[in-house]
Amino acid sequence: MKKSYDNEMKLEFLSKSSNESFARITIAAFAAQLDPNIEEISDIKTAVSEIVTNSIIHAYDTSDEIIKIHSYIKDNTITIEISDTGKGIEDIEMARKPLYTSKAELERSGMGFTIVENFMDELKVESIVGLGTKITMKKVISKEENLLEE
Amino acid sequence: MRINFDEQEKILTLKIEEEIDHHMAGNLRREADYEIQRRNPKRVILDFNNVVFMDSAGIGMVIGRYKIASMIGAKLEMRNVKENIKKIFEMTGVLKIIPIIEEEKENEKIV
Repeated sequence: MKKSYDNEMKLEFLSKSSNESFARITIAAFAAQLDPNIEEISDIKTAVSEIVTNSIIHAYDTSDEIIKIHSYIKDNTITIEISDTGKGIEDIEMARKPLYTSKAELERSGMGFTIVENFMDELKVESIVGLGTKITMKKVISKEENLLEE
Repeated sequence: MRINFDEQEKILTLKIEEEIDHHMAGNLRREADYEIQRRNPKRVILDFNNVVFMDSAGIGMVIGRYKIASMIGAKLEMRNVKENIKKIFEMTGVLKIIPIIEEEKENEKIV
Protein backbone atom coordinates (compact mmCIF):
# COMPACT_ATOMS: atom_id res chain seq x y z
CA MET A 1 0.00 0.00 0.00
CA LYS A 2 1.31 3.40 -0.92
CA LYS A 3 2.03 5.60 2.08
CA SER A 4 0.74 9.13 2.11
CA TYR A 5 3.94 10.46 3.65
CA ASP A 6 7.54 10.85 2.53
CA ASN A 7 9.19 8.89 5.32
CA GLU A 8 8.28 7.16 8.55
CA MET A 9 9.80 5.32 11.51
CA LYS A 10 8.62 3.32 14.50
CA LEU A 11 10.28 2.86 17.83
CA GLU A 12 9.46 0.72 20.87
CA PHE A 13 11.26 0.83 24.18
CA LEU A 14 10.82 0.04 27.87
CA SER A 15 9.45 2.62 30.28
CA LYS A 16 12.86 3.21 31.87
CA SER A 17 13.91 6.78 32.59
CA SER A 18 17.25 6.18 30.86
CA ASN A 19 15.25 5.91 27.61
CA GLU A 20 14.15 9.56 27.84
CA SER A 21 17.41 10.67 26.22
CA PHE A 22 17.39 7.74 23.80
CA ALA A 23 13.92 8.72 22.54
CA ARG A 24 14.62 12.44 22.07
CA ILE A 25 17.98 11.86 20.37
CA THR A 26 16.50 9.26 18.01
CA ILE A 27 13.60 11.50 16.97
CA ALA A 28 15.97 14.44 16.53
CA ALA A 29 18.08 12.27 14.21
CA PHE A 30 14.98 11.33 12.19
CA ALA A 31 13.91 14.99 11.98
CA ALA A 32 17.37 16.01 10.75
CA GLN A 33 16.46 15.13 7.14
CA LEU A 34 14.14 18.18 7.10
CA ASP A 35 17.21 20.33 7.75
CA PRO A 36 15.83 22.04 10.86
CA ASN A 37 17.76 24.83 12.55
CA ILE A 38 19.27 24.43 16.02
CA GLU A 39 16.26 25.95 17.74
CA GLU A 40 13.79 23.67 15.97
CA ILE A 41 15.82 20.57 16.84
CA SER A 42 16.00 21.70 20.46
CA ASP A 43 12.22 22.26 20.54
CA ILE A 44 11.56 18.77 19.17
CA LYS A 45 13.95 17.14 21.66
CA THR A 46 12.34 18.95 24.57
CA ALA A 47 8.80 18.06 23.46
CA VAL A 48 9.65 14.36 23.01
CA SER A 49 11.39 14.32 26.39
CA GLU A 50 8.33 15.83 28.11
CA ILE A 51 5.86 13.35 26.64
CA VAL A 52 8.02 10.25 27.11
CA THR A 53 8.67 11.30 30.72
CA ASN A 54 4.92 11.65 31.27
CA SER A 55 4.41 8.06 30.12
CA ILE A 56 7.21 6.82 32.35
CA ILE A 57 6.06 8.71 35.44
CA HIS A 58 2.29 8.73 35.11
CA ALA A 59 1.18 5.89 32.85
CA TYR A 60 3.10 3.05 34.41
CA ASP A 61 4.13 1.97 37.90
CA THR A 62 6.97 -0.23 36.64
CA SER A 63 9.82 0.22 34.19
CA ASP A 64 9.16 -2.91 32.11
CA GLU A 65 6.21 -1.62 30.11
CA ILE A 66 6.27 -0.52 26.48
CA ILE A 67 6.23 3.00 25.05
CA LYS A 68 5.80 3.36 21.30
CA ILE A 69 6.70 6.18 18.99
CA HIS A 70 5.53 6.47 15.41
CA SER A 71 6.92 9.41 13.51
CA TYR A 72 6.44 10.46 9.91
CA ILE A 73 7.40 13.25 7.60
CA LYS A 74 5.25 14.85 4.91
CA ASP A 75 6.61 17.84 3.02
CA ASN A 76 8.20 20.00 5.73
CA THR A 77 6.09 18.73 8.64
CA ILE A 78 7.14 16.10 11.14
CA THR A 79 4.44 14.28 13.09
CA ILE A 80 5.35 12.41 16.27
CA GLU A 81 2.88 10.05 17.94
CA ILE A 82 3.84 8.76 21.37
CA SER A 83 1.63 6.13 22.96
CA ASP A 84 1.47 3.97 26.04
CA THR A 85 -0.99 1.36 27.32
CA GLY A 86 -0.95 2.67 30.87
CA LYS A 87 -3.42 4.21 33.28
CA GLY A 88 -4.71 6.97 31.03
CA ILE A 89 -5.48 10.56 31.98
CA GLU A 90 -8.71 11.14 33.91
CA ASP A 91 -9.04 14.85 33.23
CA ILE A 92 -7.13 15.93 30.11
CA GLU A 93 -8.12 19.58 30.44
CA MET A 94 -6.74 19.67 33.98
CA ALA A 95 -3.55 17.81 32.97
CA ARG A 96 -2.85 20.42 30.28
CA LYS A 97 -3.19 23.37 32.66
CA PRO A 98 0.06 25.19 33.46
CA LEU A 99 1.45 24.32 36.91
CA TYR A 100 -0.92 21.37 37.41
CA THR A 101 0.91 18.24 38.51
CA SER A 102 -0.17 15.08 40.25
CA LYS A 103 3.46 14.38 41.19
CA ALA A 104 4.56 17.44 43.15
CA GLU A 105 6.55 15.18 45.47
CA LEU A 106 8.83 14.38 42.52
CA GLU A 107 9.44 18.12 42.03
CA ARG A 108 7.46 18.00 38.81
CA SER A 109 6.68 21.55 37.74
CA GLY A 110 3.42 20.91 35.91
CA MET A 111 4.77 22.75 32.86
CA GLY A 112 5.31 19.78 30.54
CA PHE A 113 2.24 20.18 28.30
CA THR A 114 2.61 23.97 28.34
CA ILE A 115 6.15 23.68 26.99
CA VAL A 116 5.05 21.21 24.30
CA GLU A 117 2.20 23.53 23.24
CA ASN A 118 4.68 26.38 22.91
CA PHE A 119 7.39 24.43 21.12
CA MET A 120 5.27 22.45 18.67
CA ASP A 121 2.71 23.64 16.11
CA GLU A 122 0.05 21.14 17.11
CA LEU A 123 -0.65 18.97 20.14
CA LYS A 124 -3.43 16.42 20.45
CA VAL A 125 -4.03 14.40 23.62
CA GLU A 126 -6.19 11.28 23.46
CA SER A 127 -6.62 9.10 26.50
CA ILE A 128 -8.88 6.40 27.85
CA VAL A 129 -8.64 5.60 31.55
CA GLY A 130 -7.36 2.05 31.98
CA LEU A 131 -6.34 1.71 28.33
CA GLY A 132 -3.67 4.28 27.71
CA THR A 133 -2.71 7.59 26.18
CA LYS A 134 -1.72 8.72 22.72
CA ILE A 135 -0.10 12.08 22.13
CA THR A 136 0.18 13.45 18.61
CA MET A 137 2.32 16.47 17.92
CA LYS A 138 3.39 18.20 14.75
CA LYS A 139 6.06 20.67 13.91
CA VAL A 140 6.49 22.55 10.66
CA ILE A 141 10.15 23.02 9.86
CA SER A 142 10.87 26.42 8.39
CA LYS A 143 12.48 26.65 5.00
CA GLU A 144 15.44 28.94 5.48
CA GLU A 145 15.75 31.39 2.61
CA ASN A 146 19.02 31.30 0.82
CA LEU A 147 20.24 34.86 1.21
CA LEU A 148 23.30 34.53 -0.99
CA GLU A 149 23.53 37.44 -3.37
CA GLU A 150 23.37 36.82 -7.06
CA MET B 1 28.30 18.27 38.76
CA ARG B 2 31.44 20.15 39.70
CA ILE B 3 31.54 22.03 42.95
CA ASN B 4 33.40 25.14 44.00
CA PHE B 5 33.08 26.85 47.37
CA ASP B 6 34.49 30.27 48.12
CA GLU B 7 35.06 30.19 51.90
CA GLN B 8 35.56 33.96 52.29
CA GLU B 9 32.54 35.09 50.33
CA LYS B 10 30.45 32.00 51.14
CA ILE B 11 29.61 31.48 47.49
CA LEU B 12 28.78 27.94 46.40
CA THR B 13 29.04 27.35 42.67
CA LEU B 14 27.46 24.19 41.29
CA LYS B 15 28.54 23.61 37.73
CA ILE B 16 26.08 21.23 36.12
CA GLU B 17 27.57 19.01 33.43
CA GLU B 18 24.64 16.71 32.71
CA GLU B 19 21.62 16.93 30.44
CA ILE B 20 18.79 17.84 32.80
CA ASP B 21 15.80 15.54 32.40
CA HIS B 22 13.69 13.46 34.78
CA HIS B 23 16.27 10.65 34.64
CA MET B 24 19.15 12.89 35.77
CA ALA B 25 17.25 15.30 38.04
CA GLY B 26 17.15 13.02 41.08
CA ASN B 27 20.93 12.75 41.40
CA LEU B 28 21.49 16.44 40.69
CA ARG B 29 18.97 17.30 43.37
CA ARG B 30 20.59 15.08 46.00
CA GLU B 31 24.09 16.29 45.19
CA ALA B 32 23.10 19.95 45.23
CA ASP B 33 21.14 19.70 48.48
CA TYR B 34 24.00 17.90 50.19
CA GLU B 35 26.43 20.68 49.25
CA ILE B 36 24.03 23.51 50.13
CA GLN B 37 23.28 22.07 53.54
CA ARG B 38 26.85 21.25 54.46
CA ARG B 39 28.49 24.48 53.19
CA ASN B 40 25.86 26.89 54.48
CA PRO B 41 26.53 29.46 51.70
CA LYS B 42 25.20 33.01 51.34
CA ARG B 43 24.93 32.65 47.58
CA VAL B 44 24.36 29.58 45.45
CA ILE B 45 25.18 29.85 41.75
CA LEU B 46 23.97 27.21 39.32
CA ASP B 47 26.30 27.30 36.34
CA PHE B 48 24.68 26.02 33.14
CA ASN B 49 27.68 26.52 30.85
CA ASN B 50 27.96 22.80 30.06
CA VAL B 51 24.24 22.03 29.98
CA VAL B 52 23.18 21.41 26.39
CA PHE B 53 19.69 20.05 27.11
CA MET B 54 17.01 20.68 29.68
CA ASP B 55 13.30 19.91 29.83
CA SER B 56 10.68 20.75 32.48
CA ALA B 57 12.50 18.53 34.99
CA GLY B 58 15.00 21.38 35.17
CA ILE B 59 12.31 23.81 36.29
CA GLY B 60 11.40 21.57 39.21
CA MET B 61 15.08 21.07 40.00
CA VAL B 62 15.88 24.81 40.03
CA ILE B 63 12.77 25.83 41.99
CA GLY B 64 13.42 23.03 44.48
CA ARG B 65 16.98 24.33 45.08
CA TYR B 66 15.61 27.86 45.39
CA LYS B 67 13.42 26.62 48.24
CA ILE B 68 16.30 24.80 49.96
CA ALA B 69 18.59 27.85 49.61
CA SER B 70 15.87 30.19 50.89
CA MET B 71 15.44 28.04 53.99
CA ILE B 72 19.04 28.76 55.03
CA GLY B 73 18.82 32.40 53.92
CA ALA B 74 20.93 31.98 50.78
CA LYS B 75 20.32 33.61 47.40
CA LEU B 76 20.07 31.39 44.32
CA GLU B 77 21.30 32.60 40.94
CA MET B 78 21.94 31.07 37.53
CA ARG B 79 24.75 31.72 35.12
CA ASN B 80 25.76 30.87 31.53
CA VAL B 81 22.30 29.70 30.50
CA LYS B 82 22.11 28.86 26.79
CA GLU B 83 19.33 30.35 24.65
CA ASN B 84 17.31 27.12 24.24
CA ILE B 85 17.24 26.64 28.01
CA LYS B 86 16.65 30.30 28.79
CA LYS B 87 13.55 30.07 26.61
CA ILE B 88 12.11 27.43 28.96
CA PHE B 89 12.86 29.49 32.06
CA GLU B 90 11.33 32.60 30.47
CA MET B 91 8.20 30.82 29.30
CA THR B 92 7.52 29.33 32.71
CA GLY B 93 8.16 32.47 34.77
CA VAL B 94 11.20 31.09 36.61
CA LEU B 95 13.28 34.19 35.83
CA LYS B 96 10.89 36.31 37.89
CA ILE B 97 12.16 34.66 41.07
CA ILE B 98 15.60 33.35 40.10
CA PRO B 99 17.82 35.76 38.16
CA ILE B 100 20.42 34.95 35.54
CA ILE B 101 23.64 36.79 36.35
CA GLU B 102 26.31 37.34 33.75
CA GLU B 103 29.50 38.21 35.59
CA GLU B 104 32.08 35.65 36.61
CA LYS B 105 34.45 36.94 39.26
CA GLU B 106 37.96 35.62 39.43
CA ASN B 107 37.50 34.01 42.85
CA GLU B 108 34.43 32.09 41.71
CA LYS B 109 36.17 30.44 38.79
CA ILE B 110 36.19 26.70 38.81
CA VAL B 111 39.51 25.31 37.75
